Amino acid sequence: MRRLINRRPGRTASGSLTIAPFLLVVVAYTLASAVRLAENPNDKLLPAPSAFVDSMQRMALEPDARTGTYIFWNDTAASLERLAIGLTVGTGIGLVGGVAVGLIPYVTTTLRAAISVISVVPPLALLPILFIVFGLGEVGKIVLIVIGITPFLIRDLALRVGEIPFEQLIKAQTLGASTWQIITRVVLPQIMPRLVDAVRLSLGPAWLFLIASEAIAATDGLGYRIFLVRRYLAMDVIIPYVAWITALAYMMDSSLRMLSRKAFPWAVTGEARS
Amino acid sequence: MSLISVRNVWKEYGRDIVLERINLEVKHGEFCSIVGASGCGKTTFLRMLLSQETPSRGEILLDGVRMDDEPNPDRGVVFQRYSVFQHLTVQDNVILGLEFAQSAFLGRLFGAARRRAIAQAEEMLEAVGLTRARHAYPASLSGGMQQRLAIAQALIRRPKILLLDEPFGALDPGTRASMHELIRRLWRATQMTIFLVTHDLSEGFQLGTRLLVFDKVRVDPDAPNAYGATVTYDLALEDRSLPPPLRNGHDATAVEHRPNDLRDSIGGGP
Repeated sequence: MRRLINRRPGRTASGSLTIAPFLLVVVAYTLASAVRLAENPNDKLLPAPSAFVDSMQRMALEPDARTGTYIFWNDTAASLERLAIGLTVGTGIGLVGGVAVGLIPYVTTTLRAAISVISVVPPLALLPILFIVFGLGEVGKIVLIVIGITPFLIRDLALRVGEIPFEQLIKAQTLGASTWQIITRVVLPQIMPRLVDAVRLSLGPAWLFLIASEAIAATDGLGYRIFLVRRYLAMDVIIPYVAWITALAYMMDSSLRMLSRKAFPWAVTGEARS
Repeated sequence: MSLISVRNVWKEYGRDIVLERINLEVKHGEFCSIVGASGCGKTTFLRMLLSQETPSRGEILLDGVRMDDEPNPDRGVVFQRYSVFQHLTVQDNVILGLEFAQSAFLGRLFGAARRRAIAQAEEMLEAVGLTRARHAYPASLSGGMQQRLAIAQALIRRPKILLLDEPFGALDPGTRASMHELIRRLWRATQMTIFLVTHDLSEGFQLGTRLLVFDKVRVDPDAPNAYGATVTYDLALEDRSLPPPLRNGHDATAVEHRPNDLRDSIGGGP
């Protein structure tokens, strides 16, 4: 009998095993829902899967009677816009900060302690301050995402820059490179794959801060909607919304992973492409 | 006049003395092999020649002028590892030095300027036998080929001095022999000044026109770092214009077992 650690599933088995947990959740939910609904047809806790279809049809395919917009798509667009701006700004600051802290000793000395302190401030605790300072509009929510992910990005990228072997920096200098040229031709290209990874890791926190700020003060957005309909125990809306948020987050993560593979062939396999 | 004058150079870290009383005159075109036990400061000496470190006392002159206090294109270098840029193809690694020189802001060349740079790189790649691998990324090259690339990359700016820090230390004996052949051929062709740090005494003897042995002359058993190493032997070696012994001949075309390997062959020899 081979040891458990040496036994690997075959190709077909791998596929079925991968799907199994998802299938299990769906089946368990459907059964539990059927049991509860058989007891009380008005049960709101576990609505039947058909209820999801109904409510999503209403929200995604029919214009809202009051505003004339498609609520589901409107919420999606609002949330994605906040997320995109927050991630873009955060990544930009993280990249510039990370390279500066990792490469330039004066900046390292000035900012390292400050950034370690800032990074342990719970961003949600700052949310009231942000709403007071920036008002309840878009800025406060975007700033929350930026504050939430930037310290991590700066620290992570600074570490990655620090991991570039000193030989590379010396070699570049013997080839006549200035600091600027070292940054643009040696450091930035080498940490790009790491940047993509760091952004992937930041997606979770970014969504967290987005939903939290939308829950507290917003008039649209995926987070706003699920906290709004919570008052009516509208699980038929909440569950599809959560599934949709999950799907969006997963798609963002996978596309970043694919981008990384496509754009940085040298980091994955070292194979030539041309 | 000497190309390099080392005048009473000391290197200390706090109370630990690594090198002491180094005096050296090196003429243009000399090939100096630096050998010594590990921890004897030979790499520290090389780093001072590179301005990666500065002497604690004394000074190093290049062409009669005090050396710049940071690395610059006067001194090219090949390290044992990490000498080439993993994110650039072989060809881009070689033209990088030209791009730095000719394009201050972008650090990149385009159009005709790029084609000229590539033509120049082509010559270098030919000299080190990497022409066929020019579009490959370093990760797909064998260790020997990566070092060839590092040499080509260092030579493109035509440094006055080439510093080699155990460049062949991680290579297998066959590849090492062909690298010796290559470096000797390039040295003869360019007539540049080379410093080679190695812990392999026979390598030091085999390459080079001058052998510098670093060792401690004074040792205090109670305080091993109280005295530094200095140059204890300074031997002139005969100019080895003959090819290496035949026993290395078959190694010159040795193939390393890497999936994407290209034949490590060079066009050298008489």
